[in-house]
Amino acid sequence: MKGVLAVFMALAVLGLSACGEREQVGEFKRGKYQGKPDTQPWSNAPLAYENAKWTQGDRTSWETQIRARQSWQNERTRAAQ
Amino acid sequence: MARMKFLCDAERCIECNGCVTACKNENEVPWGVNRRRVVTINDGVVGAEKSISVACMHCSDAPCMAVCPVDCFYKTEDGVVLHDKDLCIGCGYCFYACPFGAPQFPQAGAFGLRGKMDKCTFCAGGPEADRSEAEFSKYGRNRLSEGKLPACAEMCSTKALLGGDGDVVADIYRERVLRRGKGSEVWGWGTAYGPGAPGAQPPAAPQGRKS
Repeated sequence: MKGVLAVFMALAVLGLSACGEREQVGEFKRGKYQGKPDTQPWSNAPLAYENAKWTQGDRTSWETQIRARQSWQNERTRAAQ
Repeated sequence: MARMKFLCDAERCIECNGCVTACKNENEVPWGVNRRRVVTINDGVVGAEKSISVACMHCSDAPCMAVCPVDCFYKTEDGVVLHDKDLCIGCGYCFYACPFGAPQFPQAGAFGLRGKMDKCTFCAGGPEADRSEAEFSKYGRNRLSEGKLPACAEMCSTKALLGGDGDVVADIYRERVLRRGKGSEVWGWGTAYGPGAPGAQPPAAPQGRKS
């Protein structure tokens, strides 16, 4: 008797499992870059014949150089210089 | 940390295509590929004609990166979206995903064979050795490694096209807009969501924030 009851219980649990809902939408996973590594712009030395000045490998000094270059795009501040 | 962005001032752009020419010359872009284009709306309509220079916008959450099946895209520490041409298979998914039509595909041969993707690099080259011949032939000039900004922005005669750190570029543009005396109809709430009902005022900007 117990065996029959156990089978019925197992069937009931199996039947209920059909009521579960699976996620229908695929989960987006951002891919990882597979290519070659790149170097940073500040890892280069400034060109000898250019006006640009920064210390090779120093990001802050490179950003200062770029910021100065950016400010030249503003003709109001450029005219005041 | 800088986030490199382009911004084109439609009030200043005169459709001279100087940015397009500068880009093609600086990077020696092949025939049929335009990394940058000037788009004009209401062409010929007096007072309503506006032009804007468009290239890769180096999106913060770039859709091209998301759809690439071979993951050949990467983003530099300055927010520039670049890709490895050695890995690119020229499938064209990035072209469909990009809202600006930035990815370009060189076509060669009798049957218009689609080559590897080419796009604006913010004049930052690619994953080859900086300033090398290999980098120039594949990606063009690496001006950032020379302490310069993209050639298109620096060549712009009216300074309609601005390039550089997003905060700096936005500050320059904001100052212009304030001097012009135009408010929300040029930028901000009105541009993003429309003017709304006649006479309606846009909601006040949150206090203590820049924009």
